[in-house]
This record gives sequence, structure tokens and C-alpha cells, in this order.
Amino acid sequence: MTLELSHFSAAVLFSVFASVVFGITQRNTPSEQIRYGLYCFVMFVGGVFVAGWVMWLLRH
Amino acid sequence: MGETQTQSLSPASPSMSVIAPAVAWLVPGAGHLIQKRWIRGLLLMASISTMFILGLLMQGRVYRPNGGDILDILGFVGDLGAGGLYIVTRVQNWGQGAIAHATADYGTKFLIVAGLLNFISVADAYHIAIGKKP
Repeated sequence: MTLELSHFSAAVLFSVFASVVFGITQRNTPSEQIRYGLYCFVMFVGGVFVAGWVMWLLRH
Repeated sequence: MGETQTQSLSPASPSMSVIAPAVAWLVPGAGHLIQKRWIRGLLLMASISTMFILGLLMQGRVYRPNGGDILDILGFVGDLGAGGLYIVTRVQNWGQGAIAHATADYGTKFLIVAGLLNFISVADAYHIAIGKKP
């Protein structure tokens, strides 16, 4: 069985799993963990969009 | 996840500070589970294991012990972090396919990062065991 993901879907899945682990391990209380996990996810996915637009601007 | 609010910061038994990281390395998330951090343990287990399995399904490369290129050595160190998942993968001889498409390279990165995330999980399990974290 082979899985072929697009670059974007691979980046989103990466963001989800990394954010869960970062949230749990880097904060102490449950509410802080959820907030930090969401923050990491937004930063990961936001970084993908920013990098995408930077590459588009460099290309044009 | 109200589990942690009732946990005290007193250290567990001294042996737990050795057992928890070892178990956490061998089975991602298990270091938290044996310390009764059920939700955190299950989330860590699901995240790290799924990431590792997705890496294999994407035909990612599993690094073997090597003394060559520095990136290959670091790749092996990252993969090794997955503990039991890495051992099973090596025993089954998975992850040896030639990288034939772009997503296979993503798969290689998924495998390495799953191992690195498990290293963080191991450190967290240790901090809980010594009472540094609730």
C-alpha cells in the first residue's frame, strides 16, 4: 500500500501531529496545552502559506 | 483533560524516573500511560505512531546505523527515537524502497520527525516522574 499525499496535505498532517506533541509536552495545565497546541498549528499552517506566497513572489 | 489538575508535583518512586523514559521510548505515549496520564498518553501515542506509519506508507526511507554522511547519521538518530516502532520496522525490513516520487521524501521526514517527537515525549515522561511537571 502506497500513500501519495500532496505537499499541502502532508504539511497539514505534519502540523497536526507536531502541534499535539508540542502542546502536551511544552505546557503544564490542560487549558495551556490546548491553547499552545492550537497556536503551534496556526503557526505551522500559516508558515506554509507565507512560504508559498514568498516563493510565488520570487518566481514572478 | 482535567486529569492533571488533581496530580501532585511530588516525585514518583525513584525507579519510575528510569522506567517511565525507557517505556516511553519503547512505546510512544506509554511513559505517560504508566503514570496514569491517560489522555496525554493516548494523544502522544496516536500522534507519534500515526506519523511514523504514514511515513512508512509514503515509502519513506528508514535509516540504518551508519558512519557516513552527517545527514545520514542524524537521520538514523532521528529514526531511532521512535523506539519500538523503529525496531519492528527494521526487523520486518520495511522502509527500504527506492525513493521514486516526491512524497517518499516527505515520508522520510515524517519518520525522522516522529522519532524526534518521541524524544520530547520521553523527556516529558521523565519530568512527570521526577515531579517537575504535573
